[in-house]
Amino acid sequence: MPNLLIMKRSFFVSLILLTFAMIPFKANAQCKQFAKNTCKVGLSPYQHDGNYHAAVLLEGEEAELYKTFYSDTDYRIGICGASNLGEIEFSIVDGNGKVLYNNKYNDYEWKWDFILESSQQLKIIIRVPVTDGLADEPKEGCVSIMFGFKDK
Amino acid sequence: MNSKILDNLKICILLFAFVGLMLGGCSSDKKADNQNNSELTEGFNSELDDDLAEKINTAKRIFYSLPSPLETAMLIKNAGADYDENLLNPISNAENYNTNMEMALNLGIFSTDLSYASLFDQTQATLNYINAAKKMADGLEILDAIDETIINRLEENINNRDVIIDIISETLLNSSSFLEDRGLQSTSAIILVGGWVEGLHIATSLVPKGSDLKSNKLVERIVDQKLSLGIVINLLENNSESVEIQSLLKDVNALKVIYDKIRIEQGEINAVEDPKTNITTLKSESTIVITPEIFGELTKKVRELRTKYIS
Repeated sequence: MPNLLIMKRSFFVSLILLTFAMIPFKANAQCKQFAKNTCKVGLSPYQHDGNYHAAVLLEGEEAELYKTFYSDTDYRIGICGASNLGEIEFSIVDGNGKVLYNNKYNDYEWKWDFILESSQQLKIIIRVPVTDGLADEPKEGCVSIMFGFKDK
Repeated sequence: MNSKILDNLKICILLFAFVGLMLGGCSSDKKADNQNNSELTEGFNSELDDDLAEKINTAKRIFYSLPSPLETAMLIKNAGADYDENLLNPISNAENYNTNMEMALNLGIFSTDLSYASLFDQTQATLNYINAAKKMADGLEILDAIDETIINRLEENINNRDVIIDIISETLLNSSSFLEDRGLQSTSAIILVGGWVEGLHIATSLVPKGSDLKSNKLVERIVDQKLSLGIVINLLENNSESVEIQSLLKDVNALKVIYDKIRIEQGEINAVEDPKTNITTLKSESTIVITPEIFGELTKKVRELRTKYIS
């Protein structure tokens, strides 16, 4: 009988541990589905480049992405955040630190279409807003960054 | 008694497995120390756990994005280049790659070849190269990145370029997200570098000997890769714990030595939005300075690296 109790206890402990162990993978898998279903679809009529940049971010957290964009190419940048995160702010900064665009002056529009006269390496800065000061724990959710281009 | 000890042992093993898995999951989060972002927590909930606040304050997620195989192929095509199947890695070579390093590099190489063939409406080559890429992805155990459904969809839509490109984009997304989710960023980095080098190989090979470098759009695209070199190096350095990555870093640094001889002069960028289309033009002037000798040196080094990777 004591052995049966120990076996039961072991089973439940194993179950709880495995459930916890699956959390990072589950969150990441949800992030991929979110990126595919929400962000990639919205890039149309631009062609998604196939790259995947997504992560679970906390409110108040900031992320940066560095990428070279090429002259005479039509680009669309899409920054999508899970609905519980509020309006995601993003800005585009050149190599000298000059801010070329900030979506907060455009009603936090999630996408930005642009073309360059000369190729540039640009930095995209993403800020997840702090939504309110009452929650016990900061909110977290998936944020994905996607790029589309037009094949001429 | 023995049974109790056995059960306790099982619990201990599970605990270790749990800790290991949690660490594995967290390792996929690429974060960099940042001393200058104290404003991040400004106005943050005062009840926020101190440790958590400190983590947010000192960590910032950094992504480095290289041109994907699809973007690389698009850049080559839009530069007015032709299609030359002889430049691609022969699909028969797929049989020769057995190590993870070889398969990852050549998954990138075959993906660029696949993208290049598809953008030039080369239907048979597209089918051949998706199968070669599938072989590499299967070898790397990137499950479902390129499955039979995808191959069937490709075959059914072989004359519809838009659908084909969308399928290729989806396979690239599946591969990179699969690797990212499992904390295998080093494999992802090797794939991207393989694809990037293949793009350089195709582009440099398509520039006719003796052509005017100043007016050649393809040369401009090759020179533009100087802007991505820092990104390639950062991407590799972030995953430099493996011997394979260190070897790639050495190769890329050898390329950098040559790229450092090329000058790119850039003027100030001004963003001008067209209110009718909502499309912004980033206006700027840029001048590149490259001699035929430096271009020859670059072409030679690219060929040397690419030969090493496909052999």
